[in-house]
Order: sequence, then C-alpha cells, then structure tokens
Amino acid sequence: MLGLNKRDTRFLLIVIALTMLTPFILQPFPEGSALAQFNAGYPDLMQRIAIFGIFAIGFNILFGLTGYLSFGHAAFLGVGSYAVVWMYKLLDYNVLPGLALAIVTSGLFALAIGYLSLRRSGIYFSILTLAFAQMSFNLAYSVLTPITNGETGLQVYTSDPQILLGENEPNIPHLFGLVMSDSYKLNLGGWVFTFNIGYYFTAVIAILVFYLSLRIFRSPFGLMLRAVKSNQTRLNYTGVNPRPYTLAAFVISGMYAGLAGGLLAAMDPLAGAERMQWTESGAVVIMTILGGAGTLMGPVLGAGFIKYLEKIFSKINENVLDGWFSFLPDPLREVVVWIFSRFTGEGWALTLGLMFMLVVIFLPGGLMEGGERIRNLIRRRKNGSGDDASPGRTPAE
Amino acid sequence: MGILEVKDVNKHFGGLHALRDVNLSIREGSIHAIIGPNGAGKSTLLNVLVGKLVPDTGSVMFDGQSVLGRKPHEINQMGISRVFQTPEIFGDLTVMENVLIPCFARRDGAFRLHAFETVETEAELIEQAERALVDVNMADKRHHHAASLSRGDKRRLEMAMCLVQKPRLLLLDEPTAGMARANTNRTIDLLRDIHARRDITMVIIEHDMHVVFSLAQRITVLAQGTPLVEDTPENIKGHPKVQEAYLGEAH
Repeated sequence: MLGLNKRDTRFLLIVIALTMLTPFILQPFPEGSALAQFNAGYPDLMQRIAIFGIFAIGFNILFGLTGYLSFGHAAFLGVGSYAVVWMYKLLDYNVLPGLALAIVTSGLFALAIGYLSLRRSGIYFSILTLAFAQMSFNLAYSVLTPITNGETGLQVYTSDPQILLGENEPNIPHLFGLVMSDSYKLNLGGWVFTFNIGYYFTAVIAILVFYLSLRIFRSPFGLMLRAVKSNQTRLNYTGVNPRPYTLAAFVISGMYAGLAGGLLAAMDPLAGAERMQWTESGAVVIMTILGGAGTLMGPVLGAGFIKYLEKIFSKINENVLDGWFSFLPDPLREVVVWIFSRFTGEGWALTLGLMFMLVVIFLPGGLMEGGERIRNLIRRRKNGSGDDASPGRTPAE
Repeated sequence: MGILEVKDVNKHFGGLHALRDVNLSIREGSIHAIIGPNGAGKSTLLNVLVGKLVPDTGSVMFDGQSVLGRKPHEINQMGISRVFQTPEIFGDLTVMENVLIPCFARRDGAFRLHAFETVETEAELIEQAERALVDVNMADKRHHHAASLSRGDKRRLEMAMCLVQKPRLLLLDEPTAGMARANTNRTIDLLRDIHARRDITMVIIEHDMHVVFSLAQRITVLAQGTPLVEDTPENIKGHPKVQEAYLGEAH
C-alpha cells in the first residue's frame, strides 16, 4: 500500500493508530487520583511532542542516515516560526500560508548554510553549523530587529495589515475556521480525555512527514545516504558524488525543522529569537540519540520522552515529594526529599542528563535498541533455545 | 594508441621526485602489470590514474579524454574502476546493498534525487546485483553485513562491486596482499575468468611475482619513479636490468 511493503504498511498503520489515540494513551490515570500528575494528555504537551517529533524525524534524515551531525538545526526552527507569524501579520490567522512559507524559507536557508558547511565533514561540519546557527540567533536578536522584533519577539499587533482578515474570522490561529486551541473534553468515569484541534492538525502533519521519511529510508536515495555514512571513499570510486546527496538531506531536514518551527507558531502565535539558541539545536541531537539515531521511530520516541520529562518531572517540586514520603520519620524524610528534589522540579535536566549518559554508554542504539533487546529476550525465553535463528542482524525499525 | 595513455608525467612531493617522466600505454583488453620495489611510485601512479592526485606535468588520456583535474567519481563514470589494497566496502550495509549501490550509480549517474522510489521494487538492478554475487561466489551471503565478512570475502565483494559497473578499465592495487597461497590462486583464477568472459582491460599493481607472471600479458617495471622496461613476462624474467633492480633482491 502507498508504495510500502507489507511490513512497513503494518508499521505505518500502528504509528497512525498510536498518534490518533495519544489523548487516551497519555492519560492513563483517573482525574483526582494520586498519579494524575503523571498524566500528559493535555493539549500543550501533546502538541509539543508531535512538533518536536517532526523536528527529530527530519534531523534523523540527516544525522541518522548520513552521519553528519548538525548543531545548528534550531536556526531553521526559528525561521519557520518567524515565517508563520509574518503571514499572520500580513494576511490573516489561517495557518496554511505561513506553514508553506516556513517550509520554503527554511529550505532556502538550509540550502545556503548546507552548501557552505558541507564543504567539511566530521567535527568541522558540526562547528560550522553551530556557528551559522549562533549567527542567525544573534541576527534575529539584535541586527534584524525590523524583521524579528528583537528580544520582544515577533507577534501580531492590531495595527498590522492582515489584509485577508474577514469580519467573523477568529482572532487566533486557525485552519479555515477550525481554531487550534479549541478542545473537546470527554468525561469517561473518572477519566477526562482532551481532544484538541491543534494536536490533531499537528498529528496529521506528523503522520504525513513520517510516511515521507519512511519512503526516503526505503528509497535508493536513502541507500545512498547510508552509503555516505558508511564509506565516502568507496562511494566516490563508485561514481557517485556524495556532496549533492548530503546537501539534499540537509535541505530536507532543514525543511522539516522549518515546518516544526512553523507549527510552534501555529499553536501559539509568537516567535522569539531564543528558539534559535544552540540549546534547542542540542535538544534535537539528544532526542535523536536518546531514541535511536538511524531508526524510524527512535527520534519520535526521544522527542516524546524529553518533552514528557520537561513538563511532568518539572512539576514535581518539594511539596509534592513531601506528600509522597510523608510516611517517613521527619529527619529522614527531609534527607530523602532533598535528594529527590535535586532530580525533579527544576532539576529535571539532571535526570535527563543521567538517562542520556546511561543510554549512550549501555544502549548506543538508543531506546529502540533497548526495546529490541527486551523483545529478543522474550522471544528467546519463549523458544527456550539460546541462539537467535535469524541470520545476520536486521537493523531496528 | 592504447586505451590509457600516460605521457611525460612528473610528480613531486616536497623534495621527493615520486614520478619521473613516466610514459605508459595500456592496450585495450590486455592485463598489464606494474611492478617495482617499495617506494618505486606504483601507488602514486595509480592515484594519478584515478584522479586522487594531479601530476605536476604530463597528461593522462583515457580513451582519448584527459582524466586530469577530474574528481574520482567523474573518472569512475568514464569507465575506470578501482580495487583497493585494503578493501573499501560499505561495512554498515548488507552484501546485497553493497552491490546495488554501483548498480544505481551506473544507471543514474553521479546524482539523482530518487527519494520516492523503492529499492525493493528495482527488480532489474537486484537481478544484476544477484548475478554479480554469483560470479564471485557470494550469493549465499547476500544478507550478511559487509563488515562481518572475512578479508577474502571483502575483497571478492569489492571485486563484484567494481565488475557490476562493467568498467572498461579495472585498476587493482595488490589484489592478493596478505592472502594465503590457496586464496591467492583462487583470486588469480577469478581474475583470469573475468578477463576471459568480459572485455575488461586490467592494470595490476602487485608485489607477488607468482600473481604477476600468472596473469600479466605485459609488465612495466617501475624503479625510483621511472619505468625501467616494458615487455612480455617471458622477456622480463630474464632481463638483466630487472634482475638488478628488483628480482635480484626479492628472490
């Protein structure tokens, strides 16, 4: 189906089902229960997971396939956001023109940066992309204030032209009248499930771009990108010019980043320079590696994982911990709470750091490798025999 | 006129005169060996032929076209393939994928944005690759990761990758280096077989005299960056100059 073989079709269907059912999956605990704070099924978080999933899927096309580690992809994220807000200012609050512009401008931007950066490989390439991204950040922050509104960030003012704005048109981002921030809440027993238009809009786009990346992975183009990572010398002596391949991968992943940035502005009509900071570039690298670089699902998993940690773990402050450990005698409780609070609340990044270290050291293939290992373990238990029957290792999906 | 004409090529590395007035003519369809002691300039000459090095002076013409200043992938697209001393293969990919890449390169050229096609459905190329693997006796290993192959298998895989491109000129850099005698003989048979079945010109750089005299139709002896003599194997064997420069110390 759709140019996919049976296995990939099944895989895509599972991904679609998971994405569509996310409001249920991320809301496993009934409202008001002690564990309800671990629920993640609210619109803002689900949107972010989908958006950063798109960002990471795109980044993986470059890093996972070609091995070129870009440290400047946040620049494209920022470009995408600015493009969308500008379309709000000039036309109206419909998100489509902005997203189209976001993809085009970030693609052109990626073409320029990629053309220059790809003259080098390895660490020099990474440094070049980092330098370009930091330059873009600084330009957006100060020099280009007329375009980016500097440190205040770009937003829509009532004095803006908005030439297409109709009389009854919503005054917040929407898709032909479907307002992104609108939600439908479903009460089922003790559970509350939120179905948000913005999330589903993002989710549909995420599925489309996931399908696109699946096709790229299975295409001759994808094969060439993997060959670039494996051995450029042989590729050269095979009559293939690696440069346009890497540049195409760079531009495609830049467009993914631009789309993700545009979607951020489609959910919340703001664009600030901080979105171009190197920390954002680093975040997508961590997401991809944590989930599993070069695998299809890994980057999405990594993105979801980090955004979940960021939102949920950061909510567990000392008061919450006090409640959890109230059964302990006072002095001991204080010690325990003190230790745990280093890793939760504002210290969530410490947990992330530790997790990242553990994954890189023990699971170089990321969470996907972890899943693969568990699956093999179960299969072996079931078969009762020690050796794996399949000849040769098939790469994880 | 040979298929490959090297004229008055000089190459310096700092103070070292690595190639000194090299003139060489390779006849189409022949197996031509280049031998010489260590440091004679064999590898430098090979690197000039594939576009990795540009000589200071002189010209290198392949089939009437200059190869100088062209990038390695352009020279390959002209019909020159190269087998390396240590096999250069795609270690992360499967054996089948390794052979498919040159198939795509031959059909699609140096670059094509075929992102919406599927490798699996390229029946014609897969069959081509399959046949190339059968040729080098590796069809049963098609799903193995190339990095996990033995050294001899890697070499045969690399050979298959070059042959599937149907090159007009195949350059082999010590194709039997580090091999046991039995494997060396198998490689000799393989090369002889390939040469007999297809119309490929071969240039072999080799240390092992057994290989050279089993395969070559013509031999050029290189010493200190300059060709000493060029002749048939029979005449080279007894040549006093060669004995002195090379065979005398090697045997």
